[in-house]
Amino acid sequence: MSDFFWLIPLIPGVGALINGLFGKRLPKPVIHGVAIGAVALSFLIALGCFFGPFLSGGGETVLEKTLFTWIPGMSAAQADGTMADFTALWQYRLDALSMVMVLVVTGIGLLIHIYSMGYMSHDPGYWRFFTYLNLFTFFMLNLVLGANFLMMFIGWEGVGLCSYLLIGFWFERDSAANAGKKAFIVNRIGDAGFILAIFLIFYTFGTVDFYEVMAGVSAQFDSPEAGWGVLTAIGLLLFVGATGKSAQIPLYVWLPDAMEGPTPVSALIHAATMVTAGVYMVARSAVLFEHAPNAMLVVAIVGVSTAVFAASIGLFQNDIKKVLAYSTVSQLGYMFLGLGMGAYAAAIFHLMTHAFFKACLFLGSGSVIHTMEHAEHASGGHRDYTEMQDMRNMGGLLKHMPKTGWTFIIATTALAGIPLTAGFFSKDEILWSATHGGHVTLFWIVGVIAAGMTAFYMTRQVILTFFGEFRGGEKMASHLHESPSSMTIPLMVLAVGSIVAGYVGLPFGASLIGPFLAPALNAGMPIEAEAHHASVAVELMFMGASVLVGLCAIFLAYRMYWGKPEGDKAVSEGWPGVYRTLYNKYFVDEIYGATVVDGTLGGASALNAFDAEVVDGAVNGAAKLTLGVSDLSNLADASLVDGLVNAVWKVLAGVSNGLRHLQTGVLQNYALMMMVGIGALIGFFYYYLWT
Amino acid sequence: MLENNPFNFNILSLVVWWPAVGAFAILFMNKTKDAQIKWAANIITFVGFLLSLPLWFAFDNNGPQFQFQERYDWIPSIGVSYHFGMDGISLLLVMMTTLLGFIAVLSSWNAITDRVKQYYAFLLFLQTGMLGVFVALDFFLFYVFWEVMLVPMYFLIGIWGGPRKLYAAIKFFLYTLVGSVLMLLGIIALYFEHFNQTGVYTFDLLQLWSIDYPAGLQFWVFLGFFVGFAIKVPMFPFHTWLPDAHVEAPTAGSVILAGVLLKMGTYGFVRFSLPLLPDATKDAVWWVLTLAVIGIIYGALVALVQSDWKKLVAYSSVSHLGFVMLGVFALTELGLQGGILQMINHGLSTGGLFLVVGIMYEQTHTRKIADYGGIAKVVPKFGVLFLLVALASMGLPLLNGFIGEFMILQGTFASDYAGWVYAAFAVSGIVLGAAYLLWLYQRLMFGKIDNPENEKLKDVSLREQATMWPIVALCIFIGVYPRPFLEPLRVPVEAIMERIEGPRTAGVPAEPVVELEADNQEEAVAN
Repeated sequence: MSDFFWLIPLIPGVGALINGLFGKRLPKPVIHGVAIGAVALSFLIALGCFFGPFLSGGGETVLEKTLFTWIPGMSAAQADGTMADFTALWQYRLDALSMVMVLVVTGIGLLIHIYSMGYMSHDPGYWRFFTYLNLFTFFMLNLVLGANFLMMFIGWEGVGLCSYLLIGFWFERDSAANAGKKAFIVNRIGDAGFILAIFLIFYTFGTVDFYEVMAGVSAQFDSPEAGWGVLTAIGLLLFVGATGKSAQIPLYVWLPDAMEGPTPVSALIHAATMVTAGVYMVARSAVLFEHAPNAMLVVAIVGVSTAVFAASIGLFQNDIKKVLAYSTVSQLGYMFLGLGMGAYAAAIFHLMTHAFFKACLFLGSGSVIHTMEHAEHASGGHRDYTEMQDMRNMGGLLKHMPKTGWTFIIATTALAGIPLTAGFFSKDEILWSATHGGHVTLFWIVGVIAAGMTAFYMTRQVILTFFGEFRGGEKMASHLHESPSSMTIPLMVLAVGSIVAGYVGLPFGASLIGPFLAPALNAGMPIEAEAHHASVAVELMFMGASVLVGLCAIFLAYRMYWGKPEGDKAVSEGWPGVYRTLYNKYFVDEIYGATVVDGTLGGASALNAFDAEVVDGAVNGAAKLTLGVSDLSNLADASLVDGLVNAVWKVLAGVSNGLRHLQTGVLQNYALMMMVGIGALIGFFYYYLWT
Repeated sequence: MLENNPFNFNILSLVVWWPAVGAFAILFMNKTKDAQIKWAANIITFVGFLLSLPLWFAFDNNGPQFQFQERYDWIPSIGVSYHFGMDGISLLLVMMTTLLGFIAVLSSWNAITDRVKQYYAFLLFLQTGMLGVFVALDFFLFYVFWEVMLVPMYFLIGIWGGPRKLYAAIKFFLYTLVGSVLMLLGIIALYFEHFNQTGVYTFDLLQLWSIDYPAGLQFWVFLGFFVGFAIKVPMFPFHTWLPDAHVEAPTAGSVILAGVLLKMGTYGFVRFSLPLLPDATKDAVWWVLTLAVIGIIYGALVALVQSDWKKLVAYSSVSHLGFVMLGVFALTELGLQGGILQMINHGLSTGGLFLVVGIMYEQTHTRKIADYGGIAKVVPKFGVLFLLVALASMGLPLLNGFIGEFMILQGTFASDYAGWVYAAFAVSGIVLGAAYLLWLYQRLMFGKIDNPENEKLKDVSLREQATMWPIVALCIFIGVYPRPFLEPLRVPVEAIMERIEGPRTAGVPAEPVVELEADNQEEAVAN
């Protein structure tokens, strides 16, 4: 089966094609049958690869398949003066890193496809939705299976397109259409960095193949100093791309808005898979980053700042999905912190566990929203979707929808890092990595603060949503019910994953995933033995400290909100400035709007005026000048030129008139004239010769 | 006399003159029988496209540069010959011209109701003029086609255009004529210089290419050519005729204008400026690249704030053609190859965008973006086609625009002339491209329908789909498998680069060049 691993990305592509071309005329069971079947098939092949060659061969297994030469370009000069033809192959490569990503994408993707069957069942755009989901899966799998930077870029931009289409799925809402556009454009800013990185990579190494580039890094830059400038530049440019796709400071602003999309989309694209592409990209380039310590430092700083910044915004949001969105931004920050500290495997491990529990949380919130909207509808209400997502209108839902509620709580424990859940193991590994390197324990402290905030806002969310009394109104309360099993079964599977997924990465050197990923992270090159550091006791101490902070935060949230849905008041009245700043997300959207957006549009309007007045003005001016000159010449023509002609004529006429008198026709006159003439000539010559 | 011609007959003459013959035939038709005239024009252009297909399949990518040649004396006393021939560059452009020519005619079916006979006759004459430009290998002959082409376009805009058609038509005609005259001076200068060196009077390109021109002459000729071609491209700041011409022209006129006529300028640079005037070209690189980058960003920014749908697309052309110029003047094989491919890509995607505008305009008679909104619900098929060409235009991977833009920028980045600086600025054009196109798409298609008239819009008809699908299919094909479109360019690109750089071999270090490069770059950085 592993011979056909290259079909993994293509099958969902075919699914998208079928539904895209014929979906409108197909009945619903066929539509989701095709879409879910395609992803299921990919998942099965992925499992076959994992339990086949990878289980027997371990992390060193690499499967490759070249389908054709995608871009057979001509030559361009390299940094060292040699010429190299630019070639990009359409090539797939499945190594341990890709294997983990493929399992996450197809596995979680499959669950979310199944969930969507129920969630989207009444939507007229059913076929369109599944087309986009399949198309997304196709691009995402290209992203993680592509063997070179260009293939990755196909997936990279492709998932961006699908994200655009899915955020704006309900395009009649202006807010949705705006959010989709914002996501695409902000991502494009990041992509500009990514593509510049590719240019520089090809310019430096003459290839865009991952393994060849990484081998080139090791060969050309044996010491970190050797590649200081160029490798740091490549690393930072790649990271610019990552900040766009993975929603890091300063390009994170699109992700919270992306919640306008249907909730399965938020779970699949904006939590579990697409937004982790940046993490994957940096891990994929681990060798390069290892040689660019300054770039890594930037990655770590941005990561940990984003983690705490986004977590703080999440503290007092009221929209159930917005809280999760900021939580996602924050968790991605953790992953980048891990990457920046060189703990690539830990970052990927957290990516994987996060995919389980965050998908579970999003789908859980979707289940809640689904129920809220149905209840509102059934009770004849007409409040819009923002009200239905507002936690102030919820409460006490656990008893109405126990499956959703309990799975949500389990996933919350994982996100909050309660010991023995998946999130505990993976987050702890990242925090542990942050203690390395001496002068950067600050990273650990900030990371633990962010973890405390996470525990706080998740506890707040669970209490406001599932406990206490229902606050959405009497009429609605009687219509609340659990979601259909197509939705709750994926929730349960994900909840189980939120616990057990952590056991592939146990601490104290017992991790399975670390050694499994190591060969791929080293781009297939031999790995030098690593000295093991620090004792179990020290690690336990740090672990205990972070757990303690988390438990305190949970307790605090419990004290503030249990039985008091208006618990925010403690802060909004105590520290109104702080509360307002956090509630309004530090006003970053407003600041961007006033500077970047207005600046660009203002500049563009000015240029437009410049174009009409100055550039075109010059052209029309030239025309006017020409016309003016011709008017002048017309005038001159009439008075001067024509006047001259006329004058000449008049002179000639006058002269001839005068001369006419000479022509008398009388022979004697002519003879006389001749004599006078000859006499004059003789006189002239005589005079001339004599002098 | 035929050379390198596997067909053994004058296939290029057939392809070039076929539309003109058809135009004459139409002139003899009864002018009241509109339907007959339309059918005739459609069939003629479709057959014209079919006639050009054998060229595509018979062209040998590894063969001699110029194939299917035919050469006859025309005015032997001054060395003018009737010389046609085709290399990979011409091949791509001719194929695109015959295809877009047919599509333009097909798109006019309902749009043109007035003076139908003359309209189609002009379109067909125009087609011959454009094809002639791309295959002429005699400078004089080239110039004749170049000028002849202006006349039908002038009338197409001037008679069947919008409210300000006369202004736009005259502006178009005069502006391009000014450029042409300067170009003619350059041609004549080269002609006499060739005579001085060889004692032979000839306009034959193959012979004109075979000698080196003194640097002083190259400078002045380059300047003359530059104005002529830059107006046609159009490059900033010579671009202002374009928005007017586009906005006023009928849809077919816009398609041809954007798809083919603009390529005349870039084709001129590639065919004449670079190989004939290599030294002047190298001296001019920095300011041409600067103008190109300004055009990319300026065109995109101005496009961003247009309230007229068609004008927005017109300004996007300024931006896109900036990319082409960037690739051509990066003076790397990769950049040049990408630049030439991008000419085709732009013809397809922008041609498609103009068709899209035309399809709506026919129903609503408004191009104001604000008059639309929310129509995706009413015209879903239209929405899909529009989205696809918009995505192609903004360079999304797996669509044609990406391949071209990527090769151009990668080629520019590696250029010896501090190319990475230009590439870094030009990349912002990609961001802005997404911004203006997605914003446009959103304002037209998304949201609620606020103009009740738009509730009644009809989705694309079969005929309209027939104009769009070939373009969309090609956009996807080139994006996924560009190889058949890149391979024909290898031989001509190598030939041009050899004229500029002297022979270079891939993979071999060119030692002396290295130091020079390093110096250049340090200087550039220092500056």
